[in-house]
Amino acid sequence: MTAIQNRYEFVYLFDVANGNPNGDPDNGNMPRLETDTQKGLITDVSLKRKVRNYVELLKGGQPPYAIYMQERSVLNNQHQKAYDALGVKSVSKKLPREEAQARELTAWMCANYFDIRAFGAVMTTEVNAGQVRGPIQMTFAQSVDPVLPQEISITRSSVTNERDADKERTMGRKYIVPYGLYRSHGFVSASLAGDATKGTGLSEEDLEIFFDALANMFDHDRSAARGEMSAQRLIVFKHAHPLGNAQAQSLFKRVSVVKRPEIKTTRSYDDYEARIDRAGLPDGVEIIERL
Amino acid sequence: MSFGIRLKVAGHYACFTRPEMKVERVSYDVMTPSAARGVLEAIHWKPAIRWVIDRIHVLEPIQFRSIRRNEVGSKASARNIKTAMTRGSLEGLHQVVDEDRQQRAATVLTDVAYVIEAHFVLTAKASADDNEGKHLDIFNRRAARGQCFHQPCLGTREFAAEFELLAPDAPVPEPREKLAELGFGQPRDLGFLLWDIDHDAPGRPSRFFRARLEDGVMRVPAPDSPEVLR
Repeated sequence: MTAIQNRYEFVYLFDVANGNPNGDPDNGNMPRLETDTQKGLITDVSLKRKVRNYVELLKGGQPPYAIYMQERSVLNNQHQKAYDALGVKSVSKKLPREEAQARELTAWMCANYFDIRAFGAVMTTEVNAGQVRGPIQMTFAQSVDPVLPQEISITRSSVTNERDADKERTMGRKYIVPYGLYRSHGFVSASLAGDATKGTGLSEEDLEIFFDALANMFDHDRSAARGEMSAQRLIVFKHAHPLGNAQAQSLFKRVSVVKRPEIKTTRSYDDYEARIDRAGLPDGVEIIERL
Repeated sequence: MSFGIRLKVAGHYACFTRPEMKVERVSYDVMTPSAARGVLEAIHWKPAIRWVIDRIHVLEPIQFRSIRRNEVGSKASARNIKTAMTRGSLEGLHQVVDEDRQQRAATVLTDVAYVIEAHFVLTAKASADDNEGKHLDIFNRRAARGQCFHQPCLGTREFAAEFELLAPDAPVPEPREKLAELGFGQPRDLGFLLWDIDHDAPGRPSRFFRARLEDGVMRVPAPDSPEVLR
């Protein structure tokens, strides 16, 4: 597999209905909010977790698509018989021993683990090569409009402990966002995939799987807390040059998401309109609508 | 100093972590020179050159926000990777994140914008065909077109940086508000700030300097200045 040769940026729109997309541990698991703007927030790590889970599910945790950062809840089979020992790249003998060894370990981890190839990892080796920066960089997702989380009280008609048996039922709480459309920006730096010493070797196929994960991951992340989450749009900007052909922020500005004027309270994606400004697109930039 | 550049960087969030508060990260009030160097290196860098930060202009009020996230506690063990390689199997190598969970808060900056004034010097690794003009051209060309080696960030990678090259004759943008916290009226002492990490010295020691904001501008001492403390 050859490493990607193009820089990419992407705008990712997804929504939640009657669910908690990302709880805030500081706030009793209430949906994350930006206090001043009241806009909802979803961390980059939350989205990356779902990408990892989807790839694990899709590829069964088999190399070269094994997942390093695993969750117990993901069923993984530990049969690694398909492992191909030839996947290890040889390294130059000219390098100092320790550094060469660190590079070898890093290259081996990149070759086997999808999440290390995509997002990077920190390994304990002292030499710089022990730290991998992944080509894919995601930012926090922010809701387009302020969201208004609601606290819902629920009852359970059984109790956990014997001593509470006379209570008969216990109360609980859950938080939901009635509706929220979130927007996230991402970057794919080709040089961090293909560079001779720093590259992780993220390939076109890997990138395809990543975009596929963004489009489908919420369909495999159903739970009582999440409600209905769905990916709505995935707009990818592909640069012809590995270093890019335009400023990232100028491309992000081309995607505008606005509430339809007649709508007061948004309750579905139909209440919004996403427009892509294609006029005067810089040379060498291509817009790919993945979703 | 004639080979100076000025780059405007901005972002919704930033976290320039104080080295003394790394577990529950707390950001410095302003961008550190080492973070600024990282931004420039993300756009253009070769072993032949070294970026030197001269000044950092702070354009937005200093505001903090707290974000708590689930993080993992440990790094990948090199020894385990080595044995797995010899064995030729990935079994038991993965990290189970929910068993190694640490919830950590980060106090980060919001809505930041800076102008980085910097120049570069040639290092001992520069060969005959390396000259200042060439690297300056490459940097200016890339920055003007929005090209970069990888997307620069404001402290940590989830906080991506927008960047924009200021033309040599363009004025530096004014801060949005001339607040006392940015050193308008009288200079504001920011205390000791990380200058950079000395990657050449054994043990990679950190170096600090006493930072002051004066009319929205933080002057960064030169590498050989006595103001840079070890």
